[in-house]
Amino acid sequence: MKFTVNGKAVEVSATPDTPLLWVLRDHLDLTGTKFGCGLAQCGACTVHLDGRAIRSCVTPVVEVQGRTVRTIEGLAPEQGLHPVQTAWIEAGAPQCGYCQSGQIMSAVALLAAVPDPTDADIDAALSPNLCRCATYPRIRDAVHRAAARMRDAR
Amino acid sequence: MRADLLGLALAWVSSASAAPPSAPVAPPPPPPVPVEEGIAAFRAVASVLQSPRCQNCHPAGNAPLQTDASVPHSMGITRDSPRVGLDCATCHREVGLGLPLVPPANPQWHLPPAVQVFEGRTPAELCAQLKDPAQTGGRDLAALQEHVAGDPLVLYGWDPGGGRSVPPLSHATFVARFRTWVEAGAPCPSP
Repeated sequence: MKFTVNGKAVEVSATPDTPLLWVLRDHLDLTGTKFGCGLAQCGACTVHLDGRAIRSCVTPVVEVQGRTVRTIEGLAPEQGLHPVQTAWIEAGAPQCGYCQSGQIMSAVALLAAVPDPTDADIDAALSPNLCRCATYPRIRDAVHRAAARMRDAR
Repeated sequence: MRADLLGLALAWVSSASAAPPSAPVAPPPPPPVPVEEGIAAFRAVASVLQSPRCQNCHPAGNAPLQTDASVPHSMGITRDSPRVGLDCATCHREVGLGLPLVPPANPQWHLPPAVQVFEGRTPAELCAQLKDPAQTGGRDLAALQEHVAGDPLVLYGWDPGGGRSVPPLSHATFVARFRTWVEAGAPCPSP
């Protein structure tokens, strides 16, 4: 199956019902995307498909044929950080860090839809992304910081 | 001789006009469906509309319902979620994996307009609602018959996968009961 990941065309040999998550991690060695539950219940596996956030653990790879996937590894320009990643560091959002790639991918999707989100918008967008360290206030702070950075850059 | 021929010609014309071509005989109209039968059919329809597979996406509140217990969707999902970049398709994928506890998949997955509520309505209220195009997305009864017969999300209700329950009637019986109700003049149960 052929599709694009982080700007590069890839071709993988996998059964059509293989979850995209495992194609990314095991076939393409893109291990930034995490396995949390395998049931779309935690958000750790969030990536973008054609610009929209999806849970890669419940997306069979057959669905992404000919389409464009972006993972945490492809978020930033080379040798740099995405404004959301920078804000994440500033706010000290990661603790154990396991959920952060999914949190960040969801936050980027939120900011694409709502460039200046309220606390309620952030809660609505990121509630399905679980953080076992309960850093939710810092995550909310990081999203506000990222929104400000992106607003200043426009 | 000429008079005889004229007489024969007149007789032929006369006989031709006296035997008009036989008109096709219309079949007798079907007997009308009794109102009581139509009301009974609608009660059966209502039992399907208020089964979890149908009413979970026709909730009274702002959040879709889930599971056979029709509880509000976890994770704070509401009609507003897509506005903040959280589409139904974030988790409800096109093909899906068909496994227990994995969100059901369907390329058409979405909520209907907020006025199309099935949860908590009486059969009389549901009946009046289905006859009001303002509450059916502009569909009249004929369009509703097509909707229940062939809409992909309606059909999903009978093939939900993941061990989920299906409505109390088969899809064919549901469509037949719906037709019976319409043919009876769409009568409504008493409130």
